[in-house]
Amino acid sequence: MPSETPNLDERLERHGISRRRFLAFCGAMAGALALPRATYASAVSAAFETRLAARQRPPLVWIEFQDCTGDTESFLRSNDPAIVDVLFDVISLNYHETLMVPAGADATRSLEDTLAQYPGQYICVVEGAIPMGAGGAYCLIGGRSALSIAQEVIAGAAVTIAAGACSVDGGLPGALPNPTGAVGVAQAVPGVRNLINLPGCPVNGVNLMAVLVYYLTNGSPPPLDSQRRPQSLYGRRIHQHCPRRENDEVRFYGDINHRNGGCLEELGCKGPITYANCYRKNWNGDTSWPIGAGALCIGCTNAHFWDTMTPFFAGGEVDD
Amino acid sequence: MKPRHTPETPTPPVGPDTTAQVGQPYKTFLPIVTNGPAEPTPPPATKRLVIDPLTRIEGHLRIEAQIENGVVTDAWSCTMSFRGLELILKGRDPRDAWVFLQRVCGVCTTVHALASLRAVENALGISIPDSARIVRNLLAGSQMVHDHLIHFYHLHGPDWIDVPAALSADPAATAALQRSISPWPNNTSAYFDTVKTRLGGLVGSGQLGLFANGYWGHPAYKLSPEANLLMTAHYLEALTWQQDAVKIHALLGGKNPHPQTYMVGGMAIPLDPNGSTAINNTMVAALRDLMTRVQTFVEQVFLPDVLMVGAAYKDWAGIGAGAGHLLAVGDYPGRDGTLWLPSGVITDRNIGDVANLDQARITEEVARSWYDDSAPLHPSGGVTAPRYTGPTPPFDTLDVSAKYSYGKAPRYGGIPMEVGPLARMLVAYGRSNPTVRSAMDGALGHLGLNPGQLFSALGRIVARAVETKLLAAQLPVWLGELEENMRSGNLSMLDSSRWDPQTWPASAEGFGFTEAPRGALGHWIKIEGGKIANYQAVVPSTWNGSPRDGQGLRGPWEQALVGTPVADPARPVEILRVVHSYDPCMACAVHIVDPKTGETTSIKVR
Repeated sequence: MPSETPNLDERLERHGISRRRFLAFCGAMAGALALPRATYASAVSAAFETRLAARQRPPLVWIEFQDCTGDTESFLRSNDPAIVDVLFDVISLNYHETLMVPAGADATRSLEDTLAQYPGQYICVVEGAIPMGAGGAYCLIGGRSALSIAQEVIAGAAVTIAAGACSVDGGLPGALPNPTGAVGVAQAVPGVRNLINLPGCPVNGVNLMAVLVYYLTNGSPPPLDSQRRPQSLYGRRIHQHCPRRENDEVRFYGDINHRNGGCLEELGCKGPITYANCYRKNWNGDTSWPIGAGALCIGCTNAHFWDTMTPFFAGGEVDD
Repeated sequence: MKPRHTPETPTPPVGPDTTAQVGQPYKTFLPIVTNGPAEPTPPPATKRLVIDPLTRIEGHLRIEAQIENGVVTDAWSCTMSFRGLELILKGRDPRDAWVFLQRVCGVCTTVHALASLRAVENALGISIPDSARIVRNLLAGSQMVHDHLIHFYHLHGPDWIDVPAALSADPAATAALQRSISPWPNNTSAYFDTVKTRLGGLVGSGQLGLFANGYWGHPAYKLSPEANLLMTAHYLEALTWQQDAVKIHALLGGKNPHPQTYMVGGMAIPLDPNGSTAINNTMVAALRDLMTRVQTFVEQVFLPDVLMVGAAYKDWAGIGAGAGHLLAVGDYPGRDGTLWLPSGVITDRNIGDVANLDQARITEEVARSWYDDSAPLHPSGGVTAPRYTGPTPPFDTLDVSAKYSYGKAPRYGGIPMEVGPLARMLVAYGRSNPTVRSAMDGALGHLGLNPGQLFSALGRIVARAVETKLLAAQLPVWLGELEENMRSGNLSMLDSSRWDPQTWPASAEGFGFTEAPRGALGHWIKIEGGKIANYQAVVPSTWNGSPRDGQGLRGPWEQALVGTPVADPARPVEILRVVHSYDPCMACAVHIVDPKTGETTSIKVR
């Protein structure tokens, strides 16, 4: 087996990635976080080269509770897979129930070994809500409650990322009347060190990637707001940056303005009260975003949006 | 109609000295079972295996199985999470329902949105415009293709591919193997050498990540080193491919997962060949390009791989038969309402006799599920009240003689039914659908199998692949229909005549069906005073992963596991093969709605 530690260029070449493409990726990551591109790209390159030379990769542990796996899918479907490969040259995805090969006790062993070997060093991603009702019996894995697993895994993590609405504030299972007592990480495990909240339903995989890359580059979370969300991802109001904003109002679905970039506010679009960076058209490899496709923003990054943003459609008329 | 299943026999007591724990709760024991050498450990006469978490699926599944003399003699399918969307939906706006329900699952994203829209539209008497029908078919069809590929390579694949064994492959021989099965251009020795080097780097690092603690070297793995390397390369290529494939959703739905352009009454995305923010000529060209790439990968990579793997594992055409009863609700309506994939019911493996589906015969039971007891009820009038009566966590084993799952037990005329690609393909086959017949016969001929052998783990894989091929070829046809509408000025995407709740009756009931990748999906809704009064879903993995019912009849997975050989109970890869062949999705399987008691209505489905 090759035991040399190739530098970044060699490693990229092995993956069929040009330096130019890697820099473009760094540019996209900088763009997501609103950082200056050139300096950030060189910082990422330098950090990745150092990490590639390291003997061991810090592990990533991804735990799922009351979820739909949509945040996992978003991560897999939103990032250049070749770049994801590079990410996994600098970290080691050790536990992810949807993707990992082993099952049962052998899967559990992958988790236990990671927790034992890398205390205080691994990255934890949490997907899904944690039910506090029925003594924790609404979500059981290996005979344990979601809460007890979350407490143990998060306690030893260097950084914990709550990916998606469910792990941020309970999300859909936590919508009123919250039958299972579903809550997010911050409420279930108070006092989490280095908690980063990434709301959204699902979280945009590009944003999750950008936060991971930032952490690997700087060794700390990006600047956070009072809700522990990265300011640069959740600090801007969609409406203010929306390409439709300056255009004539859409009066009903399918009218000439709807077909030509008109503003959807009158139909009930939540863009005016939602802070997120979707206006960058950054879903699925910069392909589109809901408002771009003529749909209303449902405000899915807002706290408890299933209760605070609903009814989603009743606000506007659809016809004249 | 008599069920083929035999009711369960009482479970003999299992002594602790003969119990192997696979998947015991961490921290409560030291691991007894480790990833041992390739040689099977001699099994004691009877073992109770627990596999929890059963990975490479969506959600939280636990399997308990009893093994005697190297064969599964009984099994229990335990769904381990509950979210309670039922109470959450009550009293909400029915026009919002699809947004909530879409989040039942992010893997098979969109299917619950579609079923919900159809249920609400059925209740309110709405017919959607033709172009909206086509766009919905494109969203659902591309979802199915995407999902089937991911399942084969990333979820099911490691059950058949011995990844580290690929390190002893000869790249030149692998290239020759690739050229012998397909014209796919990634077929050079240098290419496979690169993949092998990357794999070597991973293994050499000592940090195997997702691949650590697999059952590598297990004698049940049968592929040659070269086939293992080829499949490992395609595992990686499929990750790239799928990112492209979901762009169909991003264009038509704004994003994926959870596309957002649906509306009760049609679609929010407008259609206009010259509109700057509509499905326009440019977008149609982009969609056509994506569909071509999707189809090329399916034809040149996925299908040849399935046939190659299938040929190496032909003995799996005799394992994992399951219920032997199949149910399909059909999907992909054409302009005249005819379903491109037909509905129907097959019992006792009698492919030649497809009965019409009568949805009034569907019931759900909770005798062995963590809900308050009730009689078998039709979904439109079901009663659901979650009540966990299992052991207090942490625990080692469940008392499977009592209630043991959050999954309910759906039955059709009292019989457990398998749903999914096998059901869809055999219902179409039995109904003499020429396209399906020809494609299925081609695959069967290649593998030297007869249609009866499709009732098996391998049969499900073959049916899923054939369905993928047919759908990938059909997507451009549907796109052509959309172009035709665009050309002829048939641009309407939304029927808003019933948008205003004031146009609704005081009380309305409806249902909607769709074929999710994993099988038949049905939603039932009751609307009162403009609000959701009742909502009920019967979901593919609820059918397939059902626990026992009141008569003690096993669910399809449970039945399929009985008779499955397990060479080494410490490394039960065979159990994973059987369960994964159904492509489980547990977030879907858990009962999502808690309706109040309502009268059962009888609605016939053509």
